Amino acid sequence: MTGPQDEDKAALAGRERLTEPVVRTGMFGTHTTGDTSGYGGLKVRQQPPVPSERPYGSYFDEVADALGGALESSGTSFGEAVERVVVAADELTFHVRREHLVQVCGKLRDEPALAFELCLGVSGVHYPSDAGSELHAAYHLLSITHNRRLRVEVSAPDADPHIPSVVEVYPTCDWHERETWDFFGIVFDGHPALTRIEMPDDWKGHPQRKDYPLGGIPVEYRGATVPPPDERRSYA
Amino acid sequence: MSAPGGSATGTQGRVYTVGGQDWDEIVAAADQAEDGSREEHLIVNMGPQHPSTHGVLRLILSLDGETVTELRPVIGYLHTGIEKNMEFRTWTQGVTFCTRMDYLSPLFNETAYCLAVEKLLGITDQVPERASVLRVLMMELNRIASHLMAVGTFGMELGATTVFLYGLREREKVLDLFELISGLRMNHAYVRPGGVSQDLPSGALEKLRDFLAVMPRQLDELRKLLDVNPVYLARTREVAHLDLAGCMALGITGPILRSTGLPWDLRKSQPYCGYETYDFDVATRQTCDAYGRYLIRMDEIDQSLRIIEQCVDRLSATRPATDPVMIGNAKIGWPAQLAVGPDGLGNSADHIAHIMSQSMEALIHHFKLVTEGFRVPAGQVYAAVESPRGELGCHAVSDGGTRPYRVHFRDPSFTNLQSVSAMCEGGMVADVIVAVASIDPVMGGVDR
Repeated sequence: MTGPQDEDKAALAGRERLTEPVVRTGMFGTHTTGDTSGYGGLKVRQQPPVPSERPYGSYFDEVADALGGALESSGTSFGEAVERVVVAADELTFHVRREHLVQVCGKLRDEPALAFELCLGVSGVHYPSDAGSELHAAYHLLSITHNRRLRVEVSAPDADPHIPSVVEVYPTCDWHERETWDFFGIVFDGHPALTRIEMPDDWKGHPQRKDYPLGGIPVEYRGATVPPPDERRSYA
Repeated sequence: MSAPGGSATGTQGRVYTVGGQDWDEIVAAADQAEDGSREEHLIVNMGPQHPSTHGVLRLILSLDGETVTELRPVIGYLHTGIEKNMEFRTWTQGVTFCTRMDYLSPLFNETAYCLAVEKLLGITDQVPERASVLRVLMMELNRIASHLMAVGTFGMELGATTVFLYGLREREKVLDLFELISGLRMNHAYVRPGGVSQDLPSGALEKLRDFLAVMPRQLDELRKLLDVNPVYLARTREVAHLDLAGCMALGITGPILRSTGLPWDLRKSQPYCGYETYDFDVATRQTCDAYGRYLIRMDEIDQSLRIIEQCVDRLSATRPATDPVMIGNAKIGWPAQLAVGPDGLGNSADHIAHIMSQSMEALIHHFKLVTEGFRVPAGQVYAAVESPRGELGCHAVSDGGTRPYRVHFRDPSFTNLQSVSAMCEGGMVADVIVAVASIDPVMGGVDR
C-alpha cells in the first residue's frame, strides 16, 4: 500500500526528473526515418549529480577528514572548498570549487597525512548539457607514501572558462594544462606560458569540445584544398 | 627576423639567421661585431626531422659555446586525434585506436584502456583467469621488445651501430611471437574489454619456450657490448641527472624514477591482471643518471623473462577448451570465435552455421553487439598500468552510451619529456642526445 505522502514524493521526483536536460533521443543514434524500432521517441534524461554520503569506505573517510582538518587550520571549511564528494567504482572524487583549487592541491601535497606527491596530469571533459559548469578538469593524484589515489575535479562555465593553474604546486601540470587549453579552451590563470601544445599555434577552435566536429576541417595542401569528408561526394 | 643568411639588430642585440651553408659569412660578420664582445648565443633548432630525436621531436637549444643554456622541447608533430576519434566508435572499437598511440608498447595501451572499461562495467573480477595470464604474457613480451628498442637506439645514437642491430635482431623474435599469437606484429587490438581476442594458436607454447631458452644468451651478448664499454660509460655515467625531488615535481615515473632508488612499480604497489601472484623483483639504481636507466632496462628484461616463464607454466596447466579467454557474460563478450579458415582468419565456421541457420536470436544478438556495441554505465574511472616508460593511465568517462564520452590517456612519454630541459640545461650539447635517449620518449604516445 502506498500512502498519499508517498504518491506525492513519487510525483515530485518525476517532475524533477522531467526538468533535467535530455542527453539522448532515440535508441540507435539515427535521426532519419531509418529507425523503425519504435524507440525513436525515447528521451533519456541526464542523471542529476548524486553526492556520496558518509561513510565513504576504504581510506576515503580518512582522506576527507585529513583534508578537512588541514583546510580548517587555514580558515576554510571543508564544505566551502569541496562542493561534493563522489565515491564510485572504488574511486574517490572531490569536486572542488575553482577558487579553492590551488589551496586544496597545496594541502593535499604537503599535509603528511595526505601526501599526494605525484600529480598525473589534467584531463578535460566537456559536458554541454551541464548548464553553468560545462567544462570540467579532472586531476588525478597519487600518494606514493600511503599508496592511495584521488581525483580532484573542477568545473567552469563555458561563458567564463577560467580555472586557476596548479603549476606552482605540481610543476608536472605545465604541459597537461597547455594540452587541456589546446583541446577544450579552458584558460588556466597563472600558468607560466599557456600556449597550444598539440595543435598548430594558429589553429582556430578547441578540437575535443563536443561542439567541434570530427573531420569537416578543410585540409590545405600546397594551395589546393581538400573538402571536408561529408562534402566530398553525394549519393543522391 | 631577416631573410636566411642576413642579419638584423633586434631588442636582444644583433641577430643572425642562418639557413645553412653560409657559415663563413656569419663567422666573418660576428667577428666584426661593433662591441667586440664574444658573448654570443647560438640558437640551434634540432628536429623535428632529426634521426636521434626519436621521431618528430623538435628541440630548440640555446647554446653558449658547447654549453646548453636553455632547452625548449616542441611537440605536436604527430598529433592524430586518437582521443577524439575514440568518441565516435564503440567501446570495443576503441582498442584499435589506442593501440596505435605509443606504437612501441601497443599492448600496454590496450590493457590500460580495457582495464578502465572493465572497471566502468564493474566486471573486473569476471575477466577469465586465462585471459589475464595472456595479457600479462603479452605485456611482458612487449616490455622486452620496447626496452630492446630503447637500448638499441640508445647505442646507435652514441655511434654504436652494432648495438642497434643486436637490439633489433632480438626484438624481431618478440615480434614473431606477437605475429603468431595475435596475428599482427604491431597495432594488435589483441586485448579487448572482457578478455582477449583469441586463445594461443597451437605450437605457441613451444615457440615461447624456445624464446625463453635462447634469450638469456643473446642478452648477455648485448650486455657485453655496453655494460663496461669505456666509451659508453663515459657518455652515460653522471649524464642527464635527475633526482627524486625532480621526478616528483615533474611527475616522472618508470625507469627514470627507479634510477633515483625509489622502487615504485605499479605491478608491485597496485597490482592488476593478477601481477601479485607472480614472482619478480623491481630493478632500481641510485645513480640518477642515464647509465642507471640503461641498467634498469636490462634488469627489467630479465625480470620479464621470469614472468613469461611463469605465464607459460600457467598456460600449459589450463586448456583452451575449458578455460575461456573472453568473459562469459553474453551481453559484453564478443559473440564470434575466431578461427583460421581456407581464406584466412575470420569468424569460425561453427559460429556462422549457428547464427545463419540455427538461431534467429543468436543472429540478432551478434548483429546488435557487433554494430551497436554494449552500453557502459555512466561514470568515470582511472586505470593505470606500468608501461615500459612509466605510469600509463586511462581516464574513461561514459554517459551510459555505447561509445566513450571521453577517453584521456596519461601517456608516460608526454610527461617524462618535460624533464628533458631539467636534465640538459647547464650540460654539454652532446649530452642532449643521451638525455633524450635515456627518457625513451615515443612521439606517437606523446602526441596521440
